[in-house]
Amino acid sequence: MDITVRYFASLRDRMGRSEEQVSFDKDKVTVADLWGQISKEPMPESILVAVNMEYTDAGHELKAGDEVAFFPPVTGG
Amino acid sequence: MKVFVTKGALDPYKEIIEYERTALPAGKHGGVVSFVGTMRDFNDGEDVTAMNLDYYPGMTERHIERVCQEAMDEWDVMDTLVVHRVGEMVPTDPIVLVAVWSAHRKDSFDACRYIINYLKESAPFWKCEVTTEGKKHWVEKNSEDPGVAKRVTRKSA
Repeated sequence: MDITVRYFASLRDRMGRSEEQVSFDKDKVTVADLWGQISKEPMPESILVAVNMEYTDAGHELKAGDEVAFFPPVTGG
Repeated sequence: MKVFVTKGALDPYKEIIEYERTALPAGKHGGVVSFVGTMRDFNDGEDVTAMNLDYYPGMTERHIERVCQEAMDEWDVMDTLVVHRVGEMVPTDPIVLVAVWSAHRKDSFDACRYIINYLKESAPFWKCEVTTEGKKHWVEKNSEDPGVAKRVTRKSA
């Protein structure tokens, strides 16, 4: 299955890209599995994750076509 | 309820007047409470000369709308307007407007505080500051209001 991954702010700078497509052969894939695919580093404690624009956790199970975003704590307002 | 993000200059007081004239029924509200956030020329002891605000189109608006809806469910509020600026800006520029109309003042004061606090907590925006030395750095976290319960957190797998 194919997943769209997006990065924002300091994490985008660190990853050196803003977006990418990641494909998996298996059906059962979590956010943590996805992070393991895109980075050799462990997922930083402060990094937030959203699937299809809703906040969620590393244990969230993904579906084909999901958009997953990783970003640092928000600083708006 | 209206929520939008704008890349251009933001004139919050013009937005309030225009929205009140076009969206609010005349004579029904007893007042409007507004919060206007502006850019400072300092942060954490450093002089700041410019800032770039990044956001997540779609998710940002969705989460601000949710916070406004929660405020409208909690208090007797007639209408809300939130405008947030993104992109390049300089000190003194308005960054955000929250305006709340109600028949009685307590509801709009409480709802306005709730909206700005939870916008800052949950809406995906990120500030990148430029200091007088020309250094760019991402702001790591906002100052916290002790009355705001954390709801955006991440649990490990």
